[in-house]
Amino acid sequence: MSNTPASLKYAKTDEWFDPATGKVGISDYAQEQLSDIVFMEITVSVGDEVQAGSQIASVESVKAASEVNAPVSGRVVAVNESLPNNPEAINSDPYGSWFIQIEGGDPSGLLDAADYEKHCQERAH
Amino acid sequence: MTEPTLFELSSPGRTGVTFPEADVPRFELPDSSLLRDDLPLPELAEVDVVRHYMALSRYNYSVDGGFYPLGSCTMKYNPKINEDTCRLPGFLYTHPLQPIETVQGNLMLMYQLQEWLKEISGFAAVTLQPAAGAHGEFTGVLMMRAYHKARGDHRRVKMLVPDSAHGTNPASAGMLGMTVKVIPSDARGNVDLEALKAECDDTVVGLMLTNPNTLGLFDEHIQEVVRLIHECGGLMYGDGANLNALLGIVRPGDLGFDVMHFNLHKTFSVPHGGGGPGSGPVGVSARLADFLPAPQVGILEPAEGDTPPLYGFVTPKHSIGRMKAFHGHFGGGLVRAYTYIAMHGAEGLRDVSQYAVLNANYLAARLRGTYKIPYDRVCMHEFVMEGRIEGSDVRALDISKRLMDYNFHPPTNYFPLIVHEALMIEPTETENKDTLDRFADALLKIAEEARTNPDVVKSAPHSTPFGRMDEVKAARELVLCCWLPEGYDSNR
Repeated sequence: MSNTPASLKYAKTDEWFDPATGKVGISDYAQEQLSDIVFMEITVSVGDEVQAGSQIASVESVKAASEVNAPVSGRVVAVNESLPNNPEAINSDPYGSWFIQIEGGDPSGLLDAADYEKHCQERAH
Repeated sequence: MTEPTLFELSSPGRTGVTFPEADVPRFELPDSSLLRDDLPLPELAEVDVVRHYMALSRYNYSVDGGFYPLGSCTMKYNPKINEDTCRLPGFLYTHPLQPIETVQGNLMLMYQLQEWLKEISGFAAVTLQPAAGAHGEFTGVLMMRAYHKARGDHRRVKMLVPDSAHGTNPASAGMLGMTVKVIPSDARGNVDLEALKAECDDTVVGLMLTNPNTLGLFDEHIQEVVRLIHECGGLMYGDGANLNALLGIVRPGDLGFDVMHFNLHKTFSVPHGGGGPGSGPVGVSARLADFLPAPQVGILEPAEGDTPPLYGFVTPKHSIGRMKAFHGHFGGGLVRAYTYIAMHGAEGLRDVSQYAVLNANYLAARLRGTYKIPYDRVCMHEFVMEGRIEGSDVRALDISKRLMDYNFHPPTNYFPLIVHEALMIEPTETENKDTLDRFADALLKIAEEARTNPDVVKSAPHSTPFGRMDEVKAARELVLCCWLPEGYDSNR
């Protein structure tokens, strides 16, 4: 069973957003589905304005390559520069492995932990 | 059990040939920097080299060695008569720059192959140039772009690609700078029509559809899909990689497709799997014919009485240009595919597809119940099942590896992405019922092992020259060279 912290908000496309800090990453469910991550690249820079649903990064595992999208719209205020050198951290610590930090993001369109868990369960069958 | 590299086997002074004494005067090259001496090539005798490659070949798995149900790759048996024809001296000892009058046989073969592919697919014209499937896709998408440009339609930048398409489709559109929009599948594995409608506007270049798709399903709304795309001014691209399901039954041109690549190395028995050579001709509808790559093989002078026609090269009016040096993979691809079509004939090709579809459905029927088949309806030439077993934590990767212990090549795994733990199985028409049964039995046995002895599955393979590879390490540490010759200057 995936770990889904209640303090975070989730996009249907499996990104988490921390309303307290503005940090963004991918969920435990997502890293589990991807399996061993071997490469990741953040495709936005500090200062960029991102739209909810637009691509901010790509992640590649031994199984698949996938896009990571911004869960909310806003301005990028920080990028986790060290993550691309250590992509396996996303597997071991998905909620500590933030990709970028977004300022001014409105989480009201995102799922809470309970609804996101339901969303994951629906897709498992 | 590791075979050393040729460099490791090398011994200074050992040679495969002894050159005779020079019978011409010695001559010093004016500029000695033309010759490099910093690449110490391996030194071995002929027998060492033969044994080295023989040893490596024994590590390999091939369609000549066993069943190879690699989904969407159509790893059918390649008839050996192809090897005879492509080595006929008239084909073997010709050069693409020879005057056309001296290679009329080659040109006739290419012309006839173009005509046959047109007849099989229902398209108006065909180019034989592209070197492989993805190259064919790139060629096709270039023509789609040229078509819109020629009409002054510069707003079209968006390529629609269903999530059940081959992975190369979005890549080909992306290579041309287009925005790729993924269209989800509906509950029956068809293109979701509502999602498609929402994207149909005047920025659509076209839709790249794999039909049957990577679930092995024929789109039940294909005519509606084509109509929607054409109504918004887009073009229909067909990925012909799964054409093995349709020969003599459905013609993509008749369905309204505007462009499609053929994979001669799948459907038409050109060998592949070792990295090539592939061959990816492209067929187009009448409105795209003027944009085909140049040169095309055409008839320069029609037949007259007993005089055969003169074949030569023609340039389509608005050609996108040359896609490859010379004329495609002639001997490796075109001659073999021509032979395959000639040997089967129209009825035989229809049999090919019918047996391919029958074999896939037979396997699905034997495995259904033990393995879950999502989108479960009558399949075409392949089907996708979930590689997981109720009450066990083995995954599709483990099942794939364990199949190697039963001497089968694993199916395609983890694709398409819309199926959890996907195993994509394409038996092809060339397998008999005994082979299919042995394969099904192995998969049923593995399902049982997954419950009773999961460790044997999770640590497989056990009977191959090498055990389970560390795929994570291989992907993370991209070190391809284990050894550099002493004194080798990597900056040079």
